[in-house]
Amino acid sequence: MKALGIIFSNIHNETIDELTRKRTTASIPFGGRYRLIDFALSNLVNSGVDNVGILAQTNYQSLMDHLGSGKDWDLSRKNGGLIIFPPFGSYKNDTLYKSRLEALISIKGFIETQQEELVILMDCDSANIINFNDVIDKHIHKGADMTILYKHGKCEKDLQQNMNFVLNEDDRIIKIDLKSEVGKVTNSCINIVVIGRRLLQGLLEEAISQGMQSFHRDLIFNNIKSLKIYGYEHKGVYLHVNSMENYFKYNMALLDKDTRDALFGNKNQRVYTKVRDSAPTRYGFNTKVENSFIADGCEIEGTVINSILFRGVKVGRGTIVKNSILMQGTVTGDNVKLNYVITDKNVAIRSRNNLSGCEKIPYYLGKNIMV
Amino acid sequence: MYSQKKCVAMLLAGGQGSRLKALTTKVAKPAVSFGAKYRIIDFTLSNCVNSDIDTVGVLTQYQPLVLNEYIGNGQPWDLDRTFGGVHILPPYQAKSGSEWYKGTANAIYQNLGFIENYDPEHVLILSGDHIYKMDYNMMLNEHIRTNADCTIAVLEVPLTEASRFGIMNTDENNRIIEFEEKPKYPKSNLASMGIYIFKKDKLFKYLKEDAEDLNSQNDFGKNIIPTMLSSGEKMIAYPFKGYWKDVGTIKSLWEANQDLIGEDPAFDIYNPFWKIHSRNVGIEPQYIAKDAILTNSLVTDGAKIYGTIINSIIGSNVIVKKGAIVKDSVIFSNTVIGENSVIEYSIIDEKVTIGKNVKIGKPKTDDVEIAVVGRGVTIGDNVVIDQGANIEEDIQNEGKEE
Repeated sequence: MKALGIIFSNIHNETIDELTRKRTTASIPFGGRYRLIDFALSNLVNSGVDNVGILAQTNYQSLMDHLGSGKDWDLSRKNGGLIIFPPFGSYKNDTLYKSRLEALISIKGFIETQQEELVILMDCDSANIINFNDVIDKHIHKGADMTILYKHGKCEKDLQQNMNFVLNEDDRIIKIDLKSEVGKVTNSCINIVVIGRRLLQGLLEEAISQGMQSFHRDLIFNNIKSLKIYGYEHKGVYLHVNSMENYFKYNMALLDKDTRDALFGNKNQRVYTKVRDSAPTRYGFNTKVENSFIADGCEIEGTVINSILFRGVKVGRGTIVKNSILMQGTVTGDNVKLNYVITDKNVAIRSRNNLSGCEKIPYYLGKNIMV
Repeated sequence: MYSQKKCVAMLLAGGQGSRLKALTTKVAKPAVSFGAKYRIIDFTLSNCVNSDIDTVGVLTQYQPLVLNEYIGNGQPWDLDRTFGGVHILPPYQAKSGSEWYKGTANAIYQNLGFIENYDPEHVLILSGDHIYKMDYNMMLNEHIRTNADCTIAVLEVPLTEASRFGIMNTDENNRIIEFEEKPKYPKSNLASMGIYIFKKDKLFKYLKEDAEDLNSQNDFGKNIIPTMLSSGEKMIAYPFKGYWKDVGTIKSLWEANQDLIGEDPAFDIYNPFWKIHSRNVGIEPQYIAKDAILTNSLVTDGAKIYGTIINSIIGSNVIVKKGAIVKDSVIFSNTVIGENSVIEYSIIDEKVTIGKNVKIGKPKTDDVEIAVVGRGVTIGDNVVIDQGANIEEDIQNEGKEE
């Protein structure tokens, strides 16, 4: 059964304010050369989904720039492909949508005219690998109306705000709590839902006529008895980027071989991204590089330890970069010292600067800042 | 859209490149890897698109499969156009019979119909086996300004090396008065770079005449250029200054790769306004492990470095395992180098698997030859491969484990 993908690009902007001041959650740079949306798009494409709508709300320029025509994900198609939905205001109603449900209602016309029988609704606030064919197989096998992905385990702070489920032995969701308690073993919702397209259409109609506000409360929580809602445990890697602390932690997780292999090791589940044709990375004569994940186009003359370098980063002579994340186009002068620093795009750090944060609160330098 | 192009480029990519030994047993020379993430043809194709020449015919003949797949619809070079773009032109069967491309001129002659489609005023002839950056548009402007019938790009070479090239003797206005192919006693040091711009009508006239001449070798350098010169056509030399390297031999291919590294690299590939485009897919960034040592090297996406890399070029997805040493070498993509193996002064092709404790090549000195391992070869543990070797077949384990 074919599925249509719908991605919410802005939903979690407020949780990681620094990085989303000038971009959407979906376009947060991650792992040296990726943006978070690359994982969502690649998962869909690798599962045979070739029709994807992306809901944008605010500051989505960087997202549009990244996606282009969608050709880097093979989504530049005559039938289907990639479509971006900027907010659709009218003379009567000039406010931006405020919720997931309002966002979906704004593209009701699009959903109605598609041919796919299923819809995959997903956020892109994490780096993960999901094979939707397995999810859809189970959805059909169970005769489910809705299948929601969850993560089983001790609830960490990052999933505290998410719904959690109690499932029966058949994996049907029989009880939902709208919030979780940190430390308890829970089945936390990771905001990826498979639903029949016609059912979704009907639910949206109902939502409009009854003035409903919340997708989770009104469409899922309140329908737990009337609809067959099943859970699907996501067992693979799930790097939830919803705070600066986690952003740092999960980028650094890529220095661990198992995490790296889980995300990038499967040749049938490649992660695609915008191709920039950067030149290879050049290492100079007096370099020392240890345990680091480095994208193309960098020129390294100094020392890089336990760090993530994005494309086109320059590390000057005598400079020491430790435990840091340097985003695309960051340039450091000579004899700079960085420890627990995150630089956003195109940051320039003059020679002999010494900047340091700590593991819980990395020192963050915003886009285009010169120090 | 327009029904006419100002200039169409024809890229000669059919040569076997036998002097590249094992590297060209399965692929054509223009498809040989270069500079970690490129293939040789990327430089010419990127020059075309960076020079606003958007119609390119690529003439293939020898082992074209890798090259055809690589070029595809030309999208990586922005050459997927509704009118124009890049086209692969293999030899074909015609009513009068079928024949292989007999020479460079014959290859173009058989595809005059392709050029005619675009009705260009000028035709640019290129080779797919040179490494350089050049704005063909400036050459075209000069060609038009001087109203030349043919403009030939020339490079000043040391007089001692001039006898290896086709040498142009020119007057004070850069008009070519004499052309000598590999002269014993060169009169000038202006070497032809194998880049020609012809007025289309002149090119068609001389190619047709050449095709009728049964004694001709159907070659631009040997036949077309001398004939045009002796017929008194206006032929102008266009002096090029900058980096240019013919990578026709193992040695020159190795040298050109080395020109990308060093204190002040001779060839710059980092200019954002003259990007070298290549087909690259989503591969994760490179990982440099804790005990890795990297000095003066080029490494690209997907590589995993656990060993030591000195003065070397490392292609995508290459794995260099713990204790392995790669020195003064060029490793093409998807190759694995086993634990404690030592690679010195070698070129290792794509998809090669090298076992543990293997030794390939000798430390680089003036009288040591480069060792070459061909595409897809597997080398077992403990094998020793001497300098200058040319390995095209698998080599099994050398017995006992240490």
